[in-house]
Amino acid sequence: MRFQNTDFLDYLCFMPSKILATNYHLPKKIYSNQDFFEEFPDSIGKSLEKTGVLQRSIAEKGEVSSDFALAAAEKLIEENKIDKSTIDLLVYCSYDHDYYTPSTACVIHGKLDLPKSCAAFDLGLGCSGYVYSLAVINGLMETTGMRNALLLTSSSLTRFFHMDDKPDKFIFGDAGSASLISNHPSGGIGPFVFGTDGKGYDKIIVKDGFMRAPISETSFVDEKDEFGNHSNPASFKMDGVSVFLFSVRVVPPMIRELLEKASMSIDDIDLFIFHQPNVYLNETLRKKIGIPVEKFVHCMDLFGNTVQATIPIAINESIKNGRLKPGMKVVLAGFGVGLSWAGTIAKF
Amino acid sequence: MEDITLFISKIEGEIDGIVPGSLKPETHFREIPEWSSMHALVLMALSETEYDVTLTGEDLRKCGTVQEIYNLISSRT
Repeated sequence: MRFQNTDFLDYLCFMPSKILATNYHLPKKIYSNQDFFEEFPDSIGKSLEKTGVLQRSIAEKGEVSSDFALAAAEKLIEENKIDKSTIDLLVYCSYDHDYYTPSTACVIHGKLDLPKSCAAFDLGLGCSGYVYSLAVINGLMETTGMRNALLLTSSSLTRFFHMDDKPDKFIFGDAGSASLISNHPSGGIGPFVFGTDGKGYDKIIVKDGFMRAPISETSFVDEKDEFGNHSNPASFKMDGVSVFLFSVRVVPPMIRELLEKASMSIDDIDLFIFHQPNVYLNETLRKKIGIPVEKFVHCMDLFGNTVQATIPIAINESIKNGRLKPGMKVVLAGFGVGLSWAGTIAKF
Repeated sequence: MEDITLFISKIEGEIDGIVPGSLKPETHFREIPEWSSMHALVLMALSETEYDVTLTGEDLRKCGTVQEIYNLISSRT
């Protein structure tokens, strides 16, 4: 089809984007609650089970995040019979990169054998990354005429855990996800709300091992916080109390602002899919915001907190179990490491 | 805010491993068996959802006993 200039502009303005399909890949190694309690027999036990995690899959030596993203993308392409020649954008959202340079998106682009006309880049965000990526993709589609985007999110954070870091070993899992975002007449992603509190950058951090703080003789000196949780400068460290507080302060206003922007109320929304940090925190948020339990998705029992991958996994599972149906309006909200947050409304 | 007995029964209901009736106003919550960061989150969540009061990490550090936490939440409701 050939467009006159004005027709093309109309087309760009009126063809919304839509999350058409999702898939995910989990590492083979499963770390169950039984495995955990065998490793830590004197552990804090049942209180941890309130986080809602029954098992999680974790990366083994030699496995990296892009492996999971690539596997998820291959499944997505195969199961949905996607013509790869129609993909004109690949976004890889992760903290993990194969090399210092080039972008991991370029490496994946080659492995997927995508067309040379396809744009590809990395986006370095964590728990808010899926929603940020949707915003970037949405914007590029509106302004450039791109029609089909692959959004890959992936995490193998468990590789950075201190061997005695019980709470994080219990809560987190590894996974990769793939989503197909396309122009579609029945779609619509937006409006968006974003936020950042950079002064809280060290609340969730792996401090040593990169540019600012290279590995040194102090990188593996153990530290204990006031609750006795173990970490060292080269391991993952999360201040759980501060992150909980940040979430209850930031997420309810974000959801209110998002609904106001869309001139909607909770009644107008069919489903709320949040990042999945733990069931306890999300239940607190749900109650504070006033979201009915039947409209709220918990999806971490078999996955744990998979950082960038939680939302697409929850979307995929909600479609499979029948909670998310075509035509539904769904609030997506990510919040965490950065500290960073973002929310949007997606029509399925 | 309700009396402290009900407050204590809510804590006992939320934190596994506490024998009902064993928690007293004078109990130092850091002496709860296996006190952990998860228990701190339980208290913070309880305060948020039941009383709409935000407890900070600093609040928890300042309070020693169940009575002191109760008093702090009461003062903010």
